[in-house]
Parts: sequence; structure tokens; C-alpha cells
Amino acid sequence: MQPIQVDVVQTKLSEYLNQEVYLHLETTNGAYAAHRFGQPMAVCAYIRNGKVKFERASIAGDKPYRVGLKMADGWIYAQGLTDFEVDGLGRLLLAGHDEEGRLAVSLELSRTPFPMSVLDEEEV
Amino acid sequence: MQKERHVLLVYPHPDDESFGKAGSVALYTKAGTPVTLICGTLGELGRNMGKPTFANRESLPAIRKKELEEACAALGIEDLRLLGLRDKTVEFEDPEWVADKIEAIIREVKPSVLVTYYPKHGVHPDHDALSHAAVIAVKRLPKEERPVIYGSAVTHNARDVIGPPDITFDVTDVLDTKLAAMRAHKSQYESMFSRMEEEMAKSPEAREQIEANLRTEYFWIYPVAD
Repeated sequence: MQPIQVDVVQTKLSEYLNQEVYLHLETTNGAYAAHRFGQPMAVCAYIRNGKVKFERASIAGDKPYRVGLKMADGWIYAQGLTDFEVDGLGRLLLAGHDEEGRLAVSLELSRTPFPMSVLDEEEV
Repeated sequence: MQKERHVLLVYPHPDDESFGKAGSVALYTKAGTPVTLICGTLGELGRNMGKPTFANRESLPAIRKKELEEACAALGIEDLRLLGLRDKTVEFEDPEWVADKIEAIIREVKPSVLVTYYPKHGVHPDHDALSHAAVIAVKRLPKEERPVIYGSAVTHNARDVIGPPDITFDVTDVLDTKLAAMRAHKSQYESMFSRMEEEMAKSPEAREQIEANLRTEYFWIYPVAD
């Protein structure tokens, strides 16, 4: 991944407007947050392959960045995004890494489902 | 170490077999014991991406699979079974269904020892879910065919709750192999142990202290009720 370039990400986000796309959205402070890192509790939420459709998509902020996707009946939101990549399959991967390079937040969009297992990919 | 008929390792994530246990595994294979590793998931949702970051959420699973294969090669594990479960979801699967998969492998390789996390003392929910399923699988066997279960208890209060460890392995003779297996998990190791490596490089005293901790590995025998 590389540091977010706002114009590149904004252009890419706009390519997904008004069509059904697959969403991976995640935030985590690590499974050992409480056990090893002195935080009150481990916190994580993710959705993989949520099928969504949004009519407005914007990136805002300045290192780190925020992304908001406006749907007909709701919103998708991520904060703390630092890096991006358009991968070999044309998917937009956005992530926020902490000072140690660990993933804290992730928002990804794809026209095809994200794989649930690389083992499945190998069988294809 | 005494040669066993067969050792079966049951862990949910790549690196579980190495961090804290690689020395014991290396001692088993060095003694000529065949070792099978069941790895439940590919740690797809790990937050460590290498240091500096070289993986992303989508490339991580394939990277961790390769790292796992390298760790197995370092440890002399020739039989790796991937269950294809998904990171962080193991506790939400039907435990009997997960146990089916483990039971089939137990019946095939007939281990004398099964090594996993100590039930309820694994800290990570996937650890506890898979050790729970392993116990279910073992209980399905006739008593005389059951492997002994060695569990790693990693909760802070383990010794207060279940007492001192039953088994202590001195892994001094295979320390290099242990470190090679740990370092094979590059995407995880560098994030988790870069400070340890820095300290080791800084002074011989620090290296000695760290290596002293790495030289000993502990297990608790999990009593399987009828």
C-alpha cells in the first residue's frame, strides 16, 4: 500500500457509484488489546462482502483521512485511513495503520466478492 | 525427549505452532516423532502487516500460508492440514462440526499426544474454540485410543486457577530452530518481536536474559472426563 493520494482515491470511489458493490469494512485494536496492551478490552467489528449501493462517495480530512459513502437509506463511514492500493484485481483497498504499522481500520470496495479463503481461490 | 508414536498439533492460526511452542515441536521431530499440524484458519484478520508494512488485508492470507509452510519446514513438520475456517469466526461455528474435522484426522494419524491451547485459557476466542472442539473430538474415542492432551495456558491467572504446569521442556538444544520457525512468520514476527530483537542485538546480557526465557516451554495436561 502507499500513502493516500486524495485525488486518486476520490476518482476510484466515484467509479463505484450507483451500482451494487461488495464492501469489506473493519476496525480492530487487536485480539490481545486487553491481555497484552493494557487496554480495557479488545474491540473489533467487521463486515465482509456486504452488498451495498451508494449515490455519493467522498474522502475528507488530511492524514489520516475519512471516507463517507451515502446510501439511499443510510451511511457507510470509516475514520483513520492512511494508506491505499488499487490491487491487481482493480479493487480499492483503504487502510489505516498505527505508528507500528498495524492495521486499525480497513475499508475496501470490489465489484466481485472478496474471497473468504485463499484455499477456495486455489481450487478454482 | 522420548519418541512419541505421533504428535498432533491443533491450532487456529499460522504462528500459534511457533510462538511459545516451536522448541517443543522441534524436540519431537528431532527425536523422530512424526508431527501433524492442523491449522484452522490462515489468520486472515491479523492486524500485523509486517514492520515495515508489506501486507494488506487481501494479500495477508496467502502470505501467512507461505510463512506457515516455511515454519513447518524449519520444524520438520511434514504433514500440514488446513481446515479452511476463517479467522475470528471459529467460536461461532458448530463445535461438533469442527470436532468432526479434528476427529477424522485423529483417527487417521493416531496421535499419542495432542497439543493445543488449554481450554478456556487461550485468551484468543479462536484458541478456546478450537481447543474445545479438540476435546470433544478426543472424548468421542474409546478411552484406550485417546491421545494425552497437552495444553498451553496463556491467561495471566492460569497458575492460580489450574496450578503449575505439568510439563516443562528445556529447548536449549533447538533454540536456533525455534527462532527460525518464529522468524518464518515474518508478517507477524517483526511487529511483535522487533523490540526483542533490538534488545538482543544491544547487549549480551539482554540476549542471555531473553534466550533464558525462550529456552523453557510449558504445558498443562488437560484431564479428559468420561
